[in-house]
Amino acid sequence: MDLNKKFTPETWPENPEKATLEAKNKFVGFWLFLGGETVLFATLFATYLALKNKGPSGFEFTTQGLFELPLVLVMTMLLLTSSLTSVYAMYHLKNYDFKKMQLWLAITALLGLGFLMLEVYEFVHYVSLGFTYDNSAFSSSFYTLVGTHGFHVAIGLVWITLLIFRNAKRGLNLYNAPKYYTFSLYWHFIDVVWVFIFTVVYLMGVIG
Amino acid sequence: MMKGLKKWRLFSLLAALTVFLAGCGQEELSTLLPAGQVGQDQFNLLMLSSAIMLLVIIVVVIIYVIAIVRFRRSKLGEEHIPEQVEGSHTLELVWTIIPILLILLLAVPTVYYTYKLGDVAAMGSVDEDGNAENLVVDVTAKLYWWEFEYPDLGIVTAQELVVPMDEKVYFNLLAADVKHSFWIPAVGGKLDTNVENVNKFYLTFEKDSQNLKDGVFYGKCAELCGPSHALMDFKVKTMPRADFDKWVIAMQATDKRVADAATSQGEQLFQQSSCIGCHATSAVGETGAQGPNLASFGDRNRVAGFMDHDKESLKEWIVDPQKYKPGNKMPASTHFTDQELDALAEYLMGLSVEK
Amino acid sequence: MSSVAQKRGFGATLWDWMTTVDHKKIGILYLLGGGFFFVMGGIEAMIIRIQLLKPNNDFVSAGLFNEIITMHGTTMIFLAAMPILFGFMNAIMPLQIGARDVAFPFLNSLGFWMFFFGGVFLNVSWLFGQVPDAGWTSYASLSIASEGHGIDFYAIGLQIAGGGTLMGGINFLVTIINMRAPGMTYMRMPLFTWTTFVASAMILFAFPPLTIGLFFLTFDRMFGGNFFDHTMGGNTIIWEHIFWIFGHPEVYILILPAFGIFSEIFSIFSRKRLFGYSSMVFATVLIGFLGFMVWAHHMFTVGLGPTANAIFAVATMAIAVPTGVKIFNWLLTIWGGSITVTTPMLYALGFIPSFVMGGVTGVMQGAAPLDYQLHDSYFIVAHFHYVIVGGVVLAILAAVHLWWPKMFGTMLDEKLGKVTFWFFFIGFHMTFLIQHWLGFWGMPRRVWTYMDGQGWNSANLISSVGALFMAIGVIVLVLNIIKTSVKNERVGNDPWGDGRTLEWAISSPPPFYNFAQTPLVRGLDTFWIEKQEGNASGLTPAEPVMDIHMPHGSIIPFFMTVGMFIAGFGAMFRLDYSWGLPLLIFGLLWTFIAMSLRSVKDDLGYYVKKEDILKDLKRKGGQN
Repeated sequence: MDLNKKFTPETWPENPEKATLEAKNKFVGFWLFLGGETVLFATLFATYLALKNKGPSGFEFTTQGLFELPLVLVMTMLLLTSSLTSVYAMYHLKNYDFKKMQLWLAITALLGLGFLMLEVYEFVHYVSLGFTYDNSAFSSSFYTLVGTHGFHVAIGLVWITLLIFRNAKRGLNLYNAPKYYTFSLYWHFIDVVWVFIFTVVYLMGVIG
Repeated sequence: MMKGLKKWRLFSLLAALTVFLAGCGQEELSTLLPAGQVGQDQFNLLMLSSAIMLLVIIVVVIIYVIAIVRFRRSKLGEEHIPEQVEGSHTLELVWTIIPILLILLLAVPTVYYTYKLGDVAAMGSVDEDGNAENLVVDVTAKLYWWEFEYPDLGIVTAQELVVPMDEKVYFNLLAADVKHSFWIPAVGGKLDTNVENVNKFYLTFEKDSQNLKDGVFYGKCAELCGPSHALMDFKVKTMPRADFDKWVIAMQATDKRVADAATSQGEQLFQQSSCIGCHATSAVGETGAQGPNLASFGDRNRVAGFMDHDKESLKEWIVDPQKYKPGNKMPASTHFTDQELDALAEYLMGLSVEK
Repeated sequence: MSSVAQKRGFGATLWDWMTTVDHKKIGILYLLGGGFFFVMGGIEAMIIRIQLLKPNNDFVSAGLFNEIITMHGTTMIFLAAMPILFGFMNAIMPLQIGARDVAFPFLNSLGFWMFFFGGVFLNVSWLFGQVPDAGWTSYASLSIASEGHGIDFYAIGLQIAGGGTLMGGINFLVTIINMRAPGMTYMRMPLFTWTTFVASAMILFAFPPLTIGLFFLTFDRMFGGNFFDHTMGGNTIIWEHIFWIFGHPEVYILILPAFGIFSEIFSIFSRKRLFGYSSMVFATVLIGFLGFMVWAHHMFTVGLGPTANAIFAVATMAIAVPTGVKIFNWLLTIWGGSITVTTPMLYALGFIPSFVMGGVTGVMQGAAPLDYQLHDSYFIVAHFHYVIVGGVVLAILAAVHLWWPKMFGTMLDEKLGKVTFWFFFIGFHMTFLIQHWLGFWGMPRRVWTYMDGQGWNSANLISSVGALFMAIGVIVLVLNIIKTSVKNERVGNDPWGDGRTLEWAISSPPPFYNFAQTPLVRGLDTFWIEKQEGNASGLTPAEPVMDIHMPHGSIIPFFMTVGMFIAGFGAMFRLDYSWGLPLLIFGLLWTFIAMSLRSVKDDLGYYVKKEDILKDLKRKGGQN
């Protein structure tokens, strides 16, 4: 593959994310990886549901008493919006508009960062209430489930930052286009997982 | 011809071996000699499934042997190119449907017995006077011994389960430390003793253990639980209901037992040393002791569940329990003199309700 | 590796192997690593059987015995059977579909190093004298209670090795989906490729639960988690569920490739196409699917209640149907064929009765009420050794003989191969047949010793003597490998003479780019078709000779794994020493930086020039 080959919006392939064999492999492989991730989160969800509100005798924390929906709602909006902005970025990827793509991705990253900081704030808040990781089975399973998601967000942030800076000077080509594309897949995935966390952990926790 | 003859010899040898292997084991711990309805049901299922499976094996082996005898290249010639058969829908259908039928044949009794053996609805039922209708035993598995509480009778024993014959005995199973599994092979299948929840099931005992080699059935821990998992044995004594009732009354009286002259020194030692802190010598009470209840120690079949039941083993055990059952919770008692050990052993061996 | 032999220094060779991304070399590495751990696990097995030779034996102590059985099981499943199968998948599957490499050569190398370092991490526990001792299943209450770092070695070691397996699985899936040669439709794929495909899909869905389970265990033991501590609201049964949701598919992940290997062997050495190919494929997929539906049959005695037990009992029995279909298809493959009993075929013929035995005892245990008696007794020990040794290990040994010439270019000695078989086969049945009865007679599994007078003595003695026979068999195999390597008689493309699939159409070992021209596949058993039609070159090319794109080697996978290895020790000693936490962070950073390096540094691969390929072709007389 020749990195120096210059494209124009006209010569840029319609599906740059699967224009080469390597890209196709990456594309299929990443979908499969997300399949495995789904099972991974499913296991975490199942464990969380089994251990929800369970603690030592005299345990005082419950989902109702702990969670605050407004904060979580803001987090949800941030992450959902970031999913949307990454769609815009992919739109510009297909149009061979590198600058706009970078811009939208940067916005995506910022929104993700906002989400992550709110999550850190949330955790710190819970810990200050005494709801620490080793407090109970409930706390362990809660922090592990939501924390694993948060860790995924963090990884995504590092990933996209590296991509943005690494390619800032050289623009789009068929070597890095699939990398951008798989990032957006990943980002949508953690967004979907968050929707489930929002529903199963927070909504059903406070209301159900 | 010679080759065929050789094969037949091999086969008859195998057949002879099979008969030899089909031994039934020992009555006190073999699943093949069931001593109760539960074990019998499971044995019947074993026979049924073995028969079906043997049929499958025979069919496979016949086709297999014929194929490898008939279709050898040495017979067909080096140049022979067999017909490249793609498959046969009829045949494939046959060997899909017949196994399904065979499986159904096994599945129906399986489901039936699963529900039958899992039925503990009668467990808590009481008669008009509020007395429990069925005997219930609470089993607590601990590193590495078994505690048996009879909650409706107000007594506790350890290491040797005593049950009446010819009635359903219900069990509540729990582990106090790590997971164990409660298994009396000759009487019926096992059920795990979990740490977080009580498991319930029933067994029936239909053979008098008096007639057995050691006078007891063997019970085993069937779940790896640490170094001495292999030594976590218990014993089961079965007796007619009338004898069982007598045994219960004797056990209930153990809290008023007084030592005689021959055993009083041992009793004193037992109480002055820390023994009494973990081991009760009265059977009246509840579960939850640190060490096995010793109220009927003299009647037992083994020391520590697996050592010979004599004073020598007992003394060795008291001096260094870790040597015999690594990882158990009993501390060593090296401070006793020989004479004191004798007295202790004398006392403990005298703790009996059957003599 | 260039096809022209070059003299190189030891350092250069070592570097070459450490950085290789060639699937054939990684296959050999897997074989070496897996073989090493197989011998380790075998030695542990021998110690177990020596200890149980006679009642009240004190050859090893009680605690040590538990460590040995735990390491035997863990080693054999995770570090021997799977990696060796992975070795064959790596070395052979791309050849079977006409590909030049796997989809992700870099990940392939990373997967190997993670397996290897994970295995080393686990076994380093012997040096620390703190060895996993809660059984290969590591049930939670005991694994939480276990003192020392033994279980930590288990949790972290398997985490690393398991990650490697997951990568391998995804890699094989993508390779098969994207990189089949023209004409190689799914329904023309050799059965070994098919079983690799299904096993990889199972890996993809079965390993994440293990990852999570191991994390829970790690958190509980090292970071204050309470997943399995019931006094803190935790629940140990969760571990059992998670472990078996992984563990049961794992069994099929092992046995399906074994089925694939035997399907190839029956077909080759009967000179006949596989009977009922499409039903074989269907049965494979069905077994893979059902494999996820039956995990709770490992937990019949846990007290899940009669309804759960009944459902899982019936589901379990259902698996017997597709498995039965496979057995009969194999029988009908040899029926009417032209059977030649080579060493691989001998293993395949030994496999049928052995595996049928293991299969039917599996159905017996599927009957839940009967399982209450058989569970955790020696019957189950006999059963799973019948399927894993009688199925998987026989397949591995068969594959070693079958594909040795393809991988190394020289044939293993047939006579010694047969000696190995007979020792191993007889020893195997001697060891494990009698154990069914030990189970009936009330002997629980995982017992360190047993008292005299329970009627178990002679059966255990027979069993131990059988194990010795198996050991002799393996020793003969090792001698065979040494002898063969020293003699090093080169063989041609199709050393067995009856090869049917693409790997036999190219030289042994193949050039590093596999196919000078990507082949055109014209049907099932495409090489056989070409041979029948008298095509001397063995395959029809789908493209003219042109430049071939190949990936660069890389040391990064090795370094990434070293980082994980270091982080593992950091996590483990975090609570004991002040340097634990910094070491953990250092290790993770190391891995992460190595990973970023890979991401930032472009790796575009290189081209093998057309002229070089033409030269290679000419030297081999125009053949691939």
